[in-house]
Amino acid sequence: MEVTLRILRYDPDRDEAPHWETYKVGVDPMDRVLDLLIKVKAEQDGSLSFRRSCGHGICGSDAMLINGRNRLACRIRVDQLGKKISVAPLPGLPVVKDMIVDMNGFFGKYRSVKPYLINDQPEPERERRQSQVDRARYDDTTKCILCAACTSSCPSFWARPEYVGPAAIVQAHRFIFDSRDEGANERLEILADEDGVWRCRTIFNCVDACPRGINITRAILEVSSAIVGRRG
Amino acid sequence: MEKCAPKLMELAPRDMVSRAMYQEIRAGRGIGGKDYVYLDVRHLGRKVIEEKLPDITDFARIYQGVEPLTEPVPVQPTAHYAMGGIPTNVHSEVVRDDKGTVVPGLFAAGECACVSVHGANRLGTNSLVDLLVFGRRAGRQMARYAGRMERPMPIADAVESVRAELEAIRGRAAGGESVATIRKELQDVMMDNVGVYRDDKLLTAALAKVKELQGRYQKVAITDCGSVFNTELLEAQELGYLLDIAHVTVSSALARTESRGAHSREDYPERDDKKWLKHTLAYKGNDGPDLRYKQVSITRFEPKPRTY
Repeated sequence: MEVTLRILRYDPDRDEAPHWETYKVGVDPMDRVLDLLIKVKAEQDGSLSFRRSCGHGICGSDAMLINGRNRLACRIRVDQLGKKISVAPLPGLPVVKDMIVDMNGFFGKYRSVKPYLINDQPEPERERRQSQVDRARYDDTTKCILCAACTSSCPSFWARPEYVGPAAIVQAHRFIFDSRDEGANERLEILADEDGVWRCRTIFNCVDACPRGINITRAILEVSSAIVGRRG
Repeated sequence: MEKCAPKLMELAPRDMVSRAMYQEIRAGRGIGGKDYVYLDVRHLGRKVIEEKLPDITDFARIYQGVEPLTEPVPVQPTAHYAMGGIPTNVHSEVVRDDKGTVVPGLFAAGECACVSVHGANRLGTNSLVDLLVFGRRAGRQMARYAGRMERPMPIADAVESVRAELEAIRGRAAGGESVATIRKELQDVMMDNVGVYRDDKLLTAALAKVKELQGRYQKVAITDCGSVFNTELLEAQELGYLLDIAHVTVSSALARTESRGAHSREDYPERDDKKWLKHTLAYKGNDGPDLRYKQVSITRFEPKPRTY
């Protein structure tokens, strides 16, 4: 079958502003949007630029706005979208070229929540063991692949780019509720800031956008509750 | 799988499972006469499938539109990992020869590296060994190395050779060979001739094809001459390296007249420890890779027949 693919193109060397280009692409209904982009780059315009690495929803490189929703291009098929498909870069992030956005701010916020195990106890000889119940406490937030689909879909983030954003809170949650970690207080202090968790207005765009099916709004509210509980 | 690995069945090492699938397909017993077989996990039940196999289940649903809880999943063998790589010692320092001479200040860890943990067949989840153990060791060794270094002197011409390589691609007029076409032909020949089963005829043909593609690569041209995030230029450069690595893979497979792990030659089906219990080291020569060899250090685990 043939689909009409509209792509929001931008090349800083040539263009004043982003503009739409239309491509006709012969595809199989089981092809993914990533396959379409690879095909256009190979056959029609080699300058089309997008990030991709594993191609199977693990590396988180190819999140973009597809038919108006943030999706991973490697995880959404033509038969789920129809014959007219539009592709644009993630909203709310500075565009470098075509689908490529500047992720520096995003990763800066990720780093700001100390997304690593904090435990100053002497290193044990064997693994730090954990019960299945304790592991299940933060299982959902271990699934995050840092694709930025959630943060860039969040109206609170669009309105205030200083907001730490859902992805960073998900990453903080993953350690705050880990029984082996001792850094919960410092992370909660960071997230209690005016650009921390309180910017969430429970709009649920993040939950719709997450390709890993993480209940992000719930994770944010659990972190908010922990901040309140700590003060009480 | 009871014919191929009666004890471990489907949990046998992946080289054996690949060969089992390939044999069935080649004997015309693929599903509907096609080039795949079925993986049936239905007997495991919903709880085990969803808790222990979430990613694979998800892949089947998304990429094949198949529900593993109620349907068998179409599967076929494919390349998943490169078992060779940049040779390193256990501190993730790159070594240059069979004596383990370290290249000062150069480290490798992860899939690009070859510490030789895996031998000729990487086992499942061993990527974590590459990442967690040797990634950490690399970090520690780099810190030690940097700590005892004087101020480093940059190598004056290091940038020049890379810049020349990129400018050569960028400078060619449009209308030359296409990156996508050469890459596709390389993928096809590596899959068809250097895959699950190999023999002299297939490998010799593959070697000729790789050389032909290397010749055509000299005429590769791109359309994007931009200076910002030029992925077309990056892909063109990568293709040159892919051709180099393919050349190494094919040459060393052709030279190794035995079968070992994932290297399975139909004209030499037995493992030959007398002649081939050794690692291949490939050096850049004038006309393709120059192959040398390194002894295997055998400690706790002696080589033995593989019966599963």
